[in-house]
Amino acid sequence: MGQLSLTDADREEMLAAIGVASVDELFRDIPAGVRFRGELDLEPALSEPELVRHLEELAARNVDTTRELSFLGAGIYDHYVPAVVDAVLQRGEFLTAYTPYQPEMSQGVLQAIFEYQTAICELTGMDVSNASGYDGTTVAADACFVAKHATGRSKIVLAETLAPQVRQVVKTYAVGFGLEVVEVPHSGGTTDPDRLAAAASDAAAVIFQQPNVFGILEDAPALAAAANGAGAMAIAHVDPISLGVLEAPGNYGCAMAIGEGQSAGNYQSYAGPHYGFLAAKAEYTRRLPGRIIGETTDLNGERGYVLTLQTREQHIRREKATSNITTNQTLLALAGLVHLSWLGPQGLREVGETCMSLGAYARERLGLAPAFPGTATFKEFAVRIRRPARDVIRDARAHGVHPGYAIGRDYEGMDDVLLIAVTEKRTPADVDQLAQVLAEVRA
Amino acid sequence: MDLIYEKSRPGRRASTLPRYDLPAAEVPAELRRAEPPRLPELAEPEIVRHFTELSTRNFGIDTGFYPLGSCTMKHNPRVNERLVMLPGFKDLHPCQEEDGAQGALELMWRLQEILQEVAGLHACSLQPAAGSQGELTGLMLMRAYFEDIGEGEQRDTIITVDTAHGTNPASVTMSGYKLEKVATDARGNLDVDDLRAKVNERTAGLMLTNPSTLGLFDEHIEEVAAIFHDAGSLLYYDGANLNAVCGISRPGDMGFDIVHINLHKTFSQPHGGGGPGGGPIVVREKLEPFLPVPAVVRDGDEFRLDHDRPKSIGKVRGFTGPFGVFVRSYAYIRAYGPALREMSEVAVLNANYLLARLRDAYDLPYDRLCMHEFVLSARRLKREHGVSALDVAKRLMDYGYHPPTIYFPLVVPEALMIEPTETEPKERLDGFVDAMLAIAREAAESPELLHEAPTTRPVRRLDEVKAAKRAVVKYGFEEHPDLSGEAGEARQLEAQKGA
Repeated sequence: MGQLSLTDADREEMLAAIGVASVDELFRDIPAGVRFRGELDLEPALSEPELVRHLEELAARNVDTTRELSFLGAGIYDHYVPAVVDAVLQRGEFLTAYTPYQPEMSQGVLQAIFEYQTAICELTGMDVSNASGYDGTTVAADACFVAKHATGRSKIVLAETLAPQVRQVVKTYAVGFGLEVVEVPHSGGTTDPDRLAAAASDAAAVIFQQPNVFGILEDAPALAAAANGAGAMAIAHVDPISLGVLEAPGNYGCAMAIGEGQSAGNYQSYAGPHYGFLAAKAEYTRRLPGRIIGETTDLNGERGYVLTLQTREQHIRREKATSNITTNQTLLALAGLVHLSWLGPQGLREVGETCMSLGAYARERLGLAPAFPGTATFKEFAVRIRRPARDVIRDARAHGVHPGYAIGRDYEGMDDVLLIAVTEKRTPADVDQLAQVLAEVRA
Repeated sequence: MDLIYEKSRPGRRASTLPRYDLPAAEVPAELRRAEPPRLPELAEPEIVRHFTELSTRNFGIDTGFYPLGSCTMKHNPRVNERLVMLPGFKDLHPCQEEDGAQGALELMWRLQEILQEVAGLHACSLQPAAGSQGELTGLMLMRAYFEDIGEGEQRDTIITVDTAHGTNPASVTMSGYKLEKVATDARGNLDVDDLRAKVNERTAGLMLTNPSTLGLFDEHIEEVAAIFHDAGSLLYYDGANLNAVCGISRPGDMGFDIVHINLHKTFSQPHGGGGPGGGPIVVREKLEPFLPVPAVVRDGDEFRLDHDRPKSIGKVRGFTGPFGVFVRSYAYIRAYGPALREMSEVAVLNANYLLARLRDAYDLPYDRLCMHEFVLSARRLKREHGVSALDVAKRLMDYGYHPPTIYFPLVVPEALMIEPTETEPKERLDGFVDAMLAIAREAAESPELLHEAPTTRPVRRLDEVKAAKRAVVKYGFEEHPDLSGEAGEARQLEAQKGA
């Protein structure tokens, strides 16, 4: 076993120092009735080359986005991850460290996450960001917990155009939080500010998504105003890669901004590990869940970074904590920072513009009826294909093209709707190929 | 060192991106970004240098010995990093049709089977993203189960132990349960008399770590389980310390009904400076209908996602969980096979060896053989020489070691919680012992060395009180405050707990 170092001589010497005759004796405090006798029923050990071969065989049975021209999105996107991200993440000092409880040992990750928090605040127009949440669904539940305690109210309003699994996770958590969840149906693919305002009375928070689940740009400032008018916190669920071209939630009245970080710096990886981000205006700082890094000085007056505002957290406050989160997604958040640093403000805007113009080209080139006419979209759009989308996907995949997501899985009356995503990794020629294949399989 | 924002210069960039000859898309004016975000502007060489320099100011397992108790900081096999980067894994979209994701689904199904075998239980969900989310999910399962059998209103209390991780009581609050605490007895076991007085028809369940955070296996675990089961309650196993007992004692055989497993501890997902983790839960048969959706199931030779679970608590995370973590943990376990038992045996041997060599120089509050970790106390050093556990921890840094977890568990004053893991060779353990013994001598002879430590790290002790008071939590650009003008003191919060 290449992971273990003790020789037989080491073992003898160590057992003697302990004063026991055998390793088995070390376990004498375990009652006989609960000792496991025999051998675990696991397959035989694999050597490293055998292990690689076995996993390669499993991987080969997946059809990934390098083997199929893919237009899948629905919350996870095939954006380009620059090589510097891989290089930084493989630094063992980052990869194999843990939560920076001892700041003198951990200035690297502490400063990096302080820089990440800054980047998230810049993207979202907020004053404070935590060090990451699990993903784009759990940060929504976290935000509801903040809203409940900040407002003293216990109703949460969700736009139906918020991704289904985000709503599902909020509902799962709401039981224990003691929250009532109300959903506002969409009107022609977007959320009507008046309907949202009516639902928001007495609500702790309103959560909407920009761009929404159909890829459509909501009138986000009007939705935030509707929430604020009812005294509810406006919470925007946003895509970080869109924030070079789309306005920051903090600049149109939102109290918090949350989202799935994957499109900034993380591979699709069959949905994880990724990171969720959560940022807020300053008045909510001491209510936020999760780790927060703060600046301070050392004995010599030199600048340094520490875990701060820890009196919110479970290891200090236990049952009175703002969350139970401990292990978060630091390494993936670091990937986000490296990607955003590689892009810079100019690159971020260009990615957004390229996605939008490719999307516009695709809508026109495909010539299919939009599911929701008269709406503006970002990098994803929904079209009616007049055949069950699942069948179209099956047939298109036989031509080596995955044409998108069958959103009828999540919304009634949309079985013939395909949700198509384009990122900067697709080209106009790719879109032409999609158009050709769709034309064939629709015939 | 400078922040990356302080190295930024307008007009520089690292990215090169495709530009297509397409008309520019119009963003509606009221939605268009007015001011660009102030992201760093650097070319690639300085980005690489910046993060490389940051990494040199960090300490990981790759750097040296990292006995952070309750965190299981074992070596992370490098082959796993290669495997997770296979395109079939890293570039697989979670909405890929099931026939295009058979390898991923099979890997997840196989991992579920393995975790069930290790836990001695019946069914598994890989969805929870970390141990604390596994805890919360477990409590949600309890609620769903009791509601299903008509006892949902009645059972409103969860019992935790005074040695529990802070996540346990925090999870109880988040799940809407009331909290009842029980004490630890003089041998470090659960106080069975205290327990009997508190378990009744209102008890939904117990949350317990076994071996406990004291590194001690509960000698009355069978009796404890019987008390809860006789009352119709459930037992939850916090798997933070599973590294001690793989193949040696299974939580299901101990009587636990729900188990979470920290894949980043026992099964070697790298800790990443604070994450990612993985917190799958494994349960007894009667709890299976309530597990999160979708479930990964096998139908003959095919693997698929089953969303049709009417009694499910719902979803606790997006899609099916942190897949890359599953790849690493699956590979890790396959490299051991049934010899997983040896992993735990050596972890316990290493811990007991350290304990044997350190017990005379420090106080040992519970005089027993330990499991994979143990807790010493620096209370005598504090009383006799005015040196605290924090001072010992800081001085260890000057000897090149990451400190143990300190001031946890709370029942031990001046606690030093030490977990070496199985991947350390004897020479490393001996080196650590030498440092700890030298520090104990220094405490008596020149305590100022401990008070002033560390002196060899990139920063000296930091002022945590100032950080909390000023709450500078992002770079402020031209308005960034200069905190160095304000006199710093080495004020650190005592309660620190890794896990």
